[in-house]
Amino acid sequence: MKVSNIGWKIGGRAGYGIRTAGLIYSKLFAKKGYFVIDNNEYPAVIRGGHSNYTVRVSSDEIYSINKSINILIALDEEALKLHQDEVTYGGYIVYDECKFDTRIFKKSRKDINYVMVPFSKIISELEAPKIMINCISLGVSVALLNYDLEVLKNVIKDFFESRGKDIVDLNIKSSELGYRYLKNKLKLNAYDLEKVKPSGKVLVTGNDTVFLGAVRSGCKFYAAYPMAPSYPILNSFASVEEDYNIIARDAEDEIAAINMVMGASFAGARAMVATSGGGFSLMNESLGSAAMTETPLVVVLSQRPSPATGMPTWTEQGDLLFATYASHGEFLRVVVAPGDPEECFYLTGKAFNLADKYQLPVIIMLDRYLSESHFSCDKFDFKKINVDRGKLLSEKRKVTDEYRRYTDTEDGVSPRTVPGVEGGVFIANSAEHDQYGYTDESAYNRKDMVDKRFRKIKKLMEEIPPPRIYGPTDAEITIWSWGSCKGPVLEAMSILNQKEKKVNLVHFTYIYPFDNEVVEGIVKETNKNILVENNKTAQLGKTIMMNTGYRIKNKILKYSGRQFLPEEIINGIEKIE
Amino acid sequence: MAGKKGRPKKKKYHLKTIDFNTSKKPDWCYGCGDYGIWKSIKKTFVSLNLKPHEILMVYGVGCSGNCLNFLKTYAFHALHGRALPVATGAKLANHKLNVIIMGGDGDGTSIGGNHFIHTCRRNINMTYFLCNNKIYGLTKGQASPTSNIGFKTRSTPLGVRGKPINPVLLALSAGATFVARGFAGDIKHLTNIMKKAIKHRGFSFIDIIQPCITLNKVNTYDFYREKVYDLHDIKDYDSSDLNGAIRKSMEKEKIPLGIFYKFEEHLYEEGLKQIERKPLVDHIITDIDVNRLFNSYY
Repeated sequence: MKVSNIGWKIGGRAGYGIRTAGLIYSKLFAKKGYFVIDNNEYPAVIRGGHSNYTVRVSSDEIYSINKSINILIALDEEALKLHQDEVTYGGYIVYDECKFDTRIFKKSRKDINYVMVPFSKIISELEAPKIMINCISLGVSVALLNYDLEVLKNVIKDFFESRGKDIVDLNIKSSELGYRYLKNKLKLNAYDLEKVKPSGKVLVTGNDTVFLGAVRSGCKFYAAYPMAPSYPILNSFASVEEDYNIIARDAEDEIAAINMVMGASFAGARAMVATSGGGFSLMNESLGSAAMTETPLVVVLSQRPSPATGMPTWTEQGDLLFATYASHGEFLRVVVAPGDPEECFYLTGKAFNLADKYQLPVIIMLDRYLSESHFSCDKFDFKKINVDRGKLLSEKRKVTDEYRRYTDTEDGVSPRTVPGVEGGVFIANSAEHDQYGYTDESAYNRKDMVDKRFRKIKKLMEEIPPPRIYGPTDAEITIWSWGSCKGPVLEAMSILNQKEKKVNLVHFTYIYPFDNEVVEGIVKETNKNILVENNKTAQLGKTIMMNTGYRIKNKILKYSGRQFLPEEIINGIEKIE
Repeated sequence: MAGKKGRPKKKKYHLKTIDFNTSKKPDWCYGCGDYGIWKSIKKTFVSLNLKPHEILMVYGVGCSGNCLNFLKTYAFHALHGRALPVATGAKLANHKLNVIIMGGDGDGTSIGGNHFIHTCRRNINMTYFLCNNKIYGLTKGQASPTSNIGFKTRSTPLGVRGKPINPVLLALSAGATFVARGFAGDIKHLTNIMKKAIKHRGFSFIDIIQPCITLNKVNTYDFYREKVYDLHDIKDYDSSDLNGAIRKSMEKEKIPLGIFYKFEEHLYEEGLKQIERKPLVDHIITDIDVNRLFNSYY
């Protein structure tokens, strides 16, 4: 059967090599130019517990994974139990008979195909480690899709190259055996995936592209305390330290991490820190320290279901209001929330420039879904990230008068020197200070300095683009959303708009500062408004209400720790109608 | 400065202590140990021929941290307890800077205790002055982690119950490679130690005991003058012996001053290829080529 779109899922106990299988499967198709989006669900343990990996591949553009699974590789009974119902009409479940109590499960659904592949037998005949069942299942999948086995072999080779030839060969052999079993023994040819123009796409996560954007932006110092789901950024930085002249270090805690980064930034290096909600809570006080000393700071906050330890390996958008108002006192900051890996890249570039130009903290909000799911992307336009360090003085000052670091300028931004620059000596004071940096608690000074720091907003606002509107302008229904919900909403829209229900999306990537006039303008043009957010309390809705007085009554909210699937948004809209 | 006989006089301008003064006058209580520390720091800078722009002072919050208004160098006034990580980041970003941290006993051993331990073990080439008056001064007199057992303060009217932290012992056990104690009442001695600490290649730590003349009526100048003695006066004291230093640091009746331990070890920043040729801050960051990195995701 010729198809343009395939949903694939592999499930089993964590430790079965499921992540590896999923990633290789995704790479197989991205490499050849297909559109790929994946999602790995796993518990917060190294081994044990149920884990699954979903990949959606398409020859046409896609924005999100969806509910329909064409092929399910069930490595154990649990996987079958949990995911059997997700398999679409005419789909395939691949299983190993010896692992199942077949009296209960076999062919409990009549509308799908059950394909028995003796994984355990094949692996023991090959005398390979059990974990390589994952490569057999990849061979089986490639055969089911009538895809090219050579591509699989190449990807496996690249993937395991660092572990030596023996491991590579054994994995390739396993995949071949799986492929042959299907082709020769079962003579099964389930799907025929439509060909695409060979182009080659990268397969990246939001974490990857924030990292890429930071390297491109000249980030020279990175510190973090490992925390899911942002820790891969630390690993990435650590792996290129020498190639790109970067120092990446693990700090003793998140408070140390943000303060190290602030120190590096104060000294003149572009620097970044990443964390999740818990770590961000610890960093709160220091966020204000950057604001008070007007030190540029870029903080990545990848959200996970909270409060407290919450669900470390799952996703949620619960920290929007927290990030917008974090830390005591009133101060300016920028909060951005990219919607996909491409936006992650460009917004990270923008974040560094805004931090430098306006000398304030910038928070980049991700969530587990965006941080860890892989997306196929075409090559980015690196030139779109330009380095603009604003009013940074790194040359010796010839005049001998005392340097006035916090000069009360028209735009609120004062030229800054860095330690080592002759004639530029100043105090970066976390206490309220005068224009030189000396502690000053007088009433008039306090008011002037607060005003000076807030005056930056005028020019800053000019650099903040309005929320982006996707879809028809004369839509009957307007969805309001932010960050990583973009994909599932766009996917839902493309389905709904086929049926002539006109839906559009107002998507916020810049959350704060908030341009109420622009938003009020959009509200006037819309008919029926619906909020879609991955949280319990509709925090974007609250932000809109706080700034414009306009309350969006219809809400589709999800806070189960899982990201939206497009079908859920469609259902939600139908219910509201 | 007088040149050597037969050589022309060098015209190089040498700074004086007054060059490290700012337009602000210190506002510590009259007689506070911080004056002695402030003077010693300025003398140290002069004798090491350091210029204000070559020095980064990172201050904690407390009476000692207020020194930032009275000492002309680049300075960062960190949040309470957070001076050490700020200094670490700044030093790694520009290792050519002379980075000195100055903070109180509450700042360093209580709220910033975790950073203290980890900064010691990293052995980054910086210097830490812990101004130890065994009390919280800015909040008008609560017990600090270095207050002695039985010490009565507003927060401990019946006397401190827990054992005091010994900053010298803590620094030694955590891996600092230069550990000393100075006394705010002996500027000459303190200046001498400060010089050696700054010149030391590695993380150097000085526990500076100082009276709080307003709030600590026990640990006064006289109290200390009676108890202190100089390790230098012990004939066979070996400052490269860590075990000996640890034993000495635990002495109770008398208070040893001077260098307990000094040993050159591998520096944290040593051998980092990325800063071998120049500091991080000097790398050109416009138009960094990320093609290769991007291609690794294919």
